This record gives sequence, C-alpha cells and structure tokens, in this order.
Amino acid sequence: MSKRIVIDPVTRIEGHAKISIFLDDDGNVSDAEFHVVEFRGFEKFCEGRPYTEMPGITQRICGICPVSHTLASAKAGDALMAVNIPPAADKLRRLLNLGQFIQSHALSFFHLSAPDFLLGWETPQSRRNVFGLIASNADLARAGIRLRQFGQEIIETLSGRKIHPAWAVPGGVRTALSEEGRKKIRGWLVEAYLTTQTALDLFKKTLQNHQREMQIFGNFPSLFMGLVGPDGTWEHHGGKLRFTDSTGSIIADQLNPQKYFEFISESVQGASYLKSPYYQPLGFPAGMYRVGPLARLNVSEQMGVPKADAELKHFKRMGHGAVTSSFLYHYARLIEILACLEWVERYLEDPGLSSRDLRADAGINQLRGVGASEAPRGTLFHDYTVDRGGLLQKVNLIVATGQNNLAMNRTVAQIARHYLGAWNDDEIPEPMLNRIEHGIRCYDPCLSCSTHAVGQMPLHVRLIAPDGKVMAEAARG
Amino acid sequence: MAAKTLTIDGTQVSAEEGATVLQVARDHGIEIPTLCHLEGVYDVGACRLCLVEVAGIAKLLPACTTKISEGMELKTNSERLQKYRRMTLELLFAERSHVCAVCVSNGHCELQTLAYSHGMEHVRYDYCFPKWKVDVTHRLFGMDHNRCILCARCVRVCWHIEGAGTKNVSGRGASANIINDLNQPWGQSDSCTECGKCVMSCPTGALFHKGSTVAEMVHDRDKLEFIVNAREKKQWIV
Repeated sequence: MSKRIVIDPVTRIEGHAKISIFLDDDGNVSDAEFHVVEFRGFEKFCEGRPYTEMPGITQRICGICPVSHTLASAKAGDALMAVNIPPAADKLRRLLNLGQFIQSHALSFFHLSAPDFLLGWETPQSRRNVFGLIASNADLARAGIRLRQFGQEIIETLSGRKIHPAWAVPGGVRTALSEEGRKKIRGWLVEAYLTTQTALDLFKKTLQNHQREMQIFGNFPSLFMGLVGPDGTWEHHGGKLRFTDSTGSIIADQLNPQKYFEFISESVQGASYLKSPYYQPLGFPAGMYRVGPLARLNVSEQMGVPKADAELKHFKRMGHGAVTSSFLYHYARLIEILACLEWVERYLEDPGLSSRDLRADAGINQLRGVGASEAPRGTLFHDYTVDRGGLLQKVNLIVATGQNNLAMNRTVAQIARHYLGAWNDDEIPEPMLNRIEHGIRCYDPCLSCSTHAVGQMPLHVRLIAPDGKVMAEAARG
Repeated sequence: MAAKTLTIDGTQVSAEEGATVLQVARDHGIEIPTLCHLEGVYDVGACRLCLVEVAGIAKLLPACTTKISEGMELKTNSERLQKYRRMTLELLFAERSHVCAVCVSNGHCELQTLAYSHGMEHVRYDYCFPKWKVDVTHRLFGMDHNRCILCARCVRVCWHIEGAGTKNVSGRGASANIINDLNQPWGQSDSCTECGKCVMSCPTGALFHKGSTVAEMVHDRDKLEFIVNAREKKQWIV
C-alpha cells in the first residue's frame, strides 16, 4: 500500500521545516517534498516604505545572512537611482560580502554539518552536534568558531555592527575602512588560513569514507547558476549570470541579472511557503537548477586567486564536466572560504578603501530596480518597483534556498529511496532519518530567508499513503 | 514682577510670577520629561509627559502650561507620575507604528530615548497598526505619519518661527494627522518655503530628509535655537 513519510521538524538548519516522503503501492519512494512551514510576508509589508529604508528592513529577514540582503537591497537602490556607485564603495561592499561568506560558511561547516560526517552518522543525536565536536576535537571546533568570528569581525570593523548593520545604502556605503580596521583584519589572516587548510585536508581525507554519501546525497544532473566575471572568474557581488548543465557546458552566459525575469520563473507549490524558481527556457521542472557554493564553482573557470584556484582544479576533477553531488557543497564551501581569505588579503592592500568618495547622490531615475548579489547560499535577487517619490509599490525577493528547493526535494527522494529497504511498518529507520537531514544540510538552507522564521529548526518526517493518510511519523528537536 | 516661592520635590525655590512649572524646575536643575515642548515656540500641553502632582489638586497638571503660584507644592517624579508617564509612552507607541530598528531616527529619537529612560521594555496595549501613507512628494523632505506622535512642534515652528503656516492638524482623536495647506501632498504646497524647520523640530522620525537611511536622521535643534535667539534677544550666537 502506498504511504507518505514525514520528517517534521528538520534540525540544525536555519528555520522551521518538515519533510514528506511519498510511497507508491509497492512501498517504493515515488516523491519527496521539503515544506517550509513559516510564512513571513516581507514582500507585502515592505510596500509603501521608502526604498532608502529597504537595506535596513530586508536584512531583518535573517540573522545569519543580513549582509547578503542589505547588499542586494542597496544594489536595487542603486538601480532605482540609476547610478554607478564610487569604486571604493563597490570594493568596500565586496569586502563586507567576503566577511559574510567566511562567517556563514564557517557556521555551516563547523557548527552545523561537520558533526555528522566527522563524528559518524550513527552517533546519537544528543552528541552529534557542535558540543560533541568540541568533546571529540576541541582544537578543530575552537578554530572553526574563531573562523566564524573572523568573518563577523570583518563585518563589524567595516560597518560598526556584526548583525544588521546600517552601512550599505542606495548609492554606496556610509564609511570607509580605517587604518586600524585594516590592521585588525590583517592580524587574523594567518590563523584563518591555517584553520581553512586544516578543514580542507580533513574533509578530503574524510571523503574516502563517504563514497556512498557522495553517490546518493543529491547526486543527479541539473543546471547550475551563479554570477561570473566577463572571463568566467568566480564572482560574488558583481558580474553577470551563467548557467551550465551537468556536463559542464555553458548553456547561457553573461545574462543580465537585472533582467532575471526573462529567464527565471517561479513556481508556487501548495505544500510549502517556499517558491520554486526554474530556468524558463527549459520549463518546470526540467529547468531545475542549483545555486550556492557547488553551483558557483561549477560555473566558474577560476577563482582569481592562487590557493583557491589550485583547490578548484582538484574539485573539478571530482565530476565529469560538472560536479553533481550535493555532498560536495561542503568541499565547495571550504574552497570559497579560502578564496574569500585571499580576496580579503588583496583588498587590504588597496589604498582606495580609505577613500572619502563613498556615496552617489541621486533621486529616483528608474521605477524598477533589481539588485543581484551572491549570498553564501546562492544568488539573491531583490526586485523593487517604486513610485516617483521612491515608495515601494511591489517587492519580489528570490533567495538561494528557494532556488535549491527542487534539488532538495530530489535529494531527499534519492536518499530515502536508498535507505528505505530498512524501513518497516512501525517506525522510520534512524539511518535514513539521519541521512535525509544531512542531505538537506548540504544546501545549508536558510528558511528564514527563503520564506522571507525565527527559532531553531526541529526535524519532522511523515510517511504518507497515496490516499493522504499518515502511515508513520518521526519528530525531533 | 513679583517673585513667587514654591516647593518642588521638597526643595523651596523662588521664581518670577508668570513662569511655568517646567521653566522653574529646569532652572533649578530638576528634569521633567517632555516631548511636545520645544524651546522657542509656545506650549500646548499635548503629549502629557510633563504631568506633575500639585498639592490640593486631584488632577495631574502639565508642567509646560501650568503657571507657578505662591506656596505651590509640587511633586515631579512620584511613583504615580512614573506610572502614568510610562503608560503615556506605551500609548504613543501603540497608537502608530514605531519600529525603531529600521527607523531613520534610530538612536536620535526623543520618543525612543524616553522609552529607554522610563524602563519601557514592552507595550501592554494592542498596537493599532494604522495604515498611514508616507508623503515623499516634497523635493527635499518626507513625512511618515506612522511615526508621528502629534506633538504639533512642526505646526508651531512653521507658523510662529517661519511664518509660513503650511503645517496644520486635521481630524480629531486617533485619526488626527498633520497636513500641508488644505490637505495636499507636501510637494504641491504653495506656502511651504522649504526652510526645513519642521524637520529640525520633529522629535521622532516622522519628518526626515529624503534619502535618509536607518539611524541617519539627526534633527538639528541648535539652528532653531539660533533663530529664536536672534529674533527675540537680538543675539547671533552660533
């Protein structure tokens, strides 16, 4: 008899969610759905506010990646003003985004995901967390926590606050980098490099024991999307969009992010508050694409900095054309941390960062403006329509987790299909539960952002029959 | 003028006849919280923050509009007053939509400062969340009624310092609001001289310079004081 398995709530991700696994009459997995059960309504209540307040309002969507939202929002403001911001402001925004990548990626790797693959999948849940990691490898855990701190320090040094800084504004930024700030950031670099290298070495060694996970944790063909420079170099706050397929072929390049609506559509599913964007020319669901570290490394030809470029070559060898296993999001995340450190080092040498010319001044010159920037989890779009005075008439936010929604569904189905053999009618098997959770964590989903939720994210899985009857349920958190 | 002797919080003080309780208290270093009071323009007793207890009178009286009298005994900071002041602040917050974290005046707001100093950790009343439209039709300034506490400072500076008479209060009770001329968009006002005194006088983020982002709006009261001193005392002191 066909059934549905529901995992509710899902833990160690940012927000609230549950997972439904649908079984057919033979007991095989037919489909899976990752539901985001929070509704926040940012797009609606921002209507009527002045565009100048949007970097401050929209960054409240999230406490993990406020910087991503404030930057995309400020960029959308630049577009409404139709200005080119001063070069120093662009570099300073980029430096802020690098700090954001470092802190968010360190959080994902060390605090949220590493306990699973470093402590072992079968370790009891009460120990399979950052505290368990501290008990088993205190040095690594401490270094990871400090690496995140470094990212936060960059953000604070530039903007005055670690969380929700009112610093990036339409037209530029408010303050430059002080000489003291420059010294402070530079002082952290040696340690940060060491921690990242240690984590990279450890992950690559661990990979030998995780061949099966590499095969079944979201390993399927899909498109990948990310911002790249004109020569295909890794981008995070400028450039144009590139789509590649799973063979590594570029299927669209140098697409203007301002015109995202010409090639990205959003599908709304009844079961989730998360919208599912897809690549329009291929339709839904064939246009499924992935964003975030794995996608950015797949679409980029080089990182533009030597150490990360050496790692990128190693990474690229792990796939045929493109690297298709979502388990390697973790590896991509570490390579991006390394690239961020090298880019930070490069920016610190730039005297332009102390410039006083930081803000372009203009009124409303365009009634629609899109701000696109790479957030740690993937490409983020803020699309604003305003009236002549600059009051928001319409707001559309396309966030990374939404763009990975279809891929996350497929990842859950793939893992469930593999482990369902162990399933009996009484309870959902623990190994499957652990791995499904991790399958989701590979994407480091941020549900607060994607539903534009607060609190921790517990795990709730339900097994559901075709008639909609819940056959089994498991909950944690 | 004759001097009057009175007692404020147990301390005997004397002051000239005709002075208000607020003036005398401040002259003697006794701080009474205010919101609608603004140096240089007349008082209207609108905000009720400066209420004081006067011996022999059951009602609480606003210090800004109550004149002193001989033998008056005043309390300016009793438990009862603190309770009422906090209640007043909470009602101000509940009446409109004050979201400090994303306000242009965050950190430079008199309402926020008073809420902090009066230990207002939460609001006990249901928020009204009225839907007021933001007026950004003016070339230089914006007006967000959602942050307005109806202190009418802007109206008084517009009429009695600038002399333009653009700003007025329309409606009654909770639906009262500040209007320009005959309730026109600010940008279409014929009388507005674009002097910006209303923006300087605003205690919250209700009036702001266009383009201001979070926490960027600092209201410069010194300029108002300069103009009033220059006009009334013929002193041009920057």
